[in-house]
Amino acid sequence: MTVGGNRRRAWGLGSVLAAAVLLLGACGDDAEPEAGPSGSPPAAARPLVVKDMWVKTATSGMSAAYGTLMNTTGADVTVVKATSTASPTMELHEVATVDGKMVMRPKEGGFTIPAGGSHELEPGGDHLMMMDVRTPVTAGTEVTITLTFADGGTMEFTALGKDFAGGNESYQPEMPGMSASPSMSMGG
Amino acid sequence: MSRLSRRRLLAGGALTAGGAMAGAAVALARDPDTPTPAEAGPVAHGTQTVPFHGVHQAGIDTPAQAHAAFCAFDLAAGVDRAALGRLMRLLTDDAARLTQGRPALADTEPELAALPARLTVTFGFGPRFFAAAGREALRPESVAPLPAFGIDRLEQRWCGGDLLVQVCADDPLTVTHAQRMLVKDTLAFARPRWTQRGFRRGRGTQDDGVTQRNVMGQLDGTRNPALGSPEFDGAVWVDSGPSWLHGGTTLVVRRIRAEMEKWDAVDTAGKEFAVGRRLDTGAPLSGEHEHDPPDYAATNALGLTVIAEAAHIARAHVDSDRQRIFRRPYNYDEPPGPDGRPDMGLVFAAYQRDVGDQFLPIQRNLAEADLMNDWITPIGSAVFAVPPGCQAGGWIGETLLT
Repeated sequence: MTVGGNRRRAWGLGSVLAAAVLLLGACGDDAEPEAGPSGSPPAAARPLVVKDMWVKTATSGMSAAYGTLMNTTGADVTVVKATSTASPTMELHEVATVDGKMVMRPKEGGFTIPAGGSHELEPGGDHLMMMDVRTPVTAGTEVTITLTFADGGTMEFTALGKDFAGGNESYQPEMPGMSASPSMSMGG
Repeated sequence: MSRLSRRRLLAGGALTAGGAMAGAAVALARDPDTPTPAEAGPVAHGTQTVPFHGVHQAGIDTPAQAHAAFCAFDLAAGVDRAALGRLMRLLTDDAARLTQGRPALADTEPELAALPARLTVTFGFGPRFFAAAGREALRPESVAPLPAFGIDRLEQRWCGGDLLVQVCADDPLTVTHAQRMLVKDTLAFARPRWTQRGFRRGRGTQDDGVTQRNVMGQLDGTRNPALGSPEFDGAVWVDSGPSWLHGGTTLVVRRIRAEMEKWDAVDTAGKEFAVGRRLDTGAPLSGEHEHDPPDYAATNALGLTVIAEAAHIARAHVDSDRQRIFRRPYNYDEPPGPDGRPDMGLVFAAYQRDVGDQFLPIQRNLAEADLMNDWITPIGSAVFAVPPGCQAGGWIGETLLT
């Protein structure tokens, strides 16, 4: 058996560059937006670029969307509202410790992504909460999510449905008793 | 570039795969500003990647990695073409990320994704996949269970499967993590049917180009077509029949138990007579070196052929390069039984354009009369169509499912 005959699979420049990025510790992840199932193609006018967006699968009830929001502009951007094809009602949530317990709750003032910075949405941290899944999110389906900014502008992107066991912090609504039971879990 | 980062880059880039990069590393090392290879320390294999996107799926014409897991799944009832499309998009996305050293989406152990170690993930579709997809007319005729052979002692737990995920890397923990993420994303659509893990020599133990030995001590793969050669392309990549499979291939996975205790009882001459090659050098009994073409007509003083008519290499011989198969086998070694009997052998993976035209004639010849049949027993058998590769933004299986 010989090796190296197939240049495409063999050690081309691409793998060396990839190795260099990893070895030189250049922020690990690529900073370019991605096309395909995990993110929408970028549009020049958009203040944010999304990356690696996914949604925990759910047939009904609550779920959440995660990923990275990157601000490519020179000014801070604040996300104040979200909605989606799976759950028209959504909230911007944070996870906090209340009375020694991890709970999630609406984040006051929304998510502000600093100029040139990024904002991670992840299980156990800030996330886009789906309050009432009407259209089931099954594994591999794409959910369209729309964000509204403080200046009234909006942007749309897709997130991929993924089976996931975590993200089960109990929910503490802003005004207990108004919208959901305090002990409600995201389920799924 | 600083001295340190240059050295680290050198360590990451100096591959032993006998190609251009090894030369480049030597050139760098001769630069007075850079350390000698001895100072650079061991070559780090962990960060090496194999491109995921391409005309063909990776993991076939990729120099075989040290570790492999072959995972077969049964589709759940009601999984249709749309669901299969979602499944393959998910799995493609996982593979595209993990093979490049990035976590899968929703990766619960993202730290484990950082060292891909030449990870490849290769997908195959079993016979029943096509009916589930409503594409039965596009199933190649010989993508079907192999006919029964007299030598077979098949165990159903190693047979069949609707979907195959082949995971290969030079590091076993990398294989474990990728397998775990891929299995998790498959469970909404299918259930594991069998998983076969295998291994070869550790990366760096010997030159990559050296033919591997199997657990019986034989050099295995001497007559394989060379990766990337016209012979390889003509034997492996589908170029006729339904167009969805062009650029793809077919895969036969046979689990072949080595009857080690019986093999132990044979002396070296007997073993070499059965194979038709010397055990030490791998040379055919008619020649001196491993890659000497076997001379099946050569006779000894008694007028008998030097290579027995029923020797393994004589029975497996094919005349045309188009008829050859490409073998990419892994060894398996399960815990011995309470009586000490070994449970070891080969996860025999063979790739070819057409199972019926290439694999079956060879297998029929071997089943009919191969001296090695006394010491090897097929206990598992599965056949898959392996779709072509995809480009960035595409997904494996799109040519069949859309």
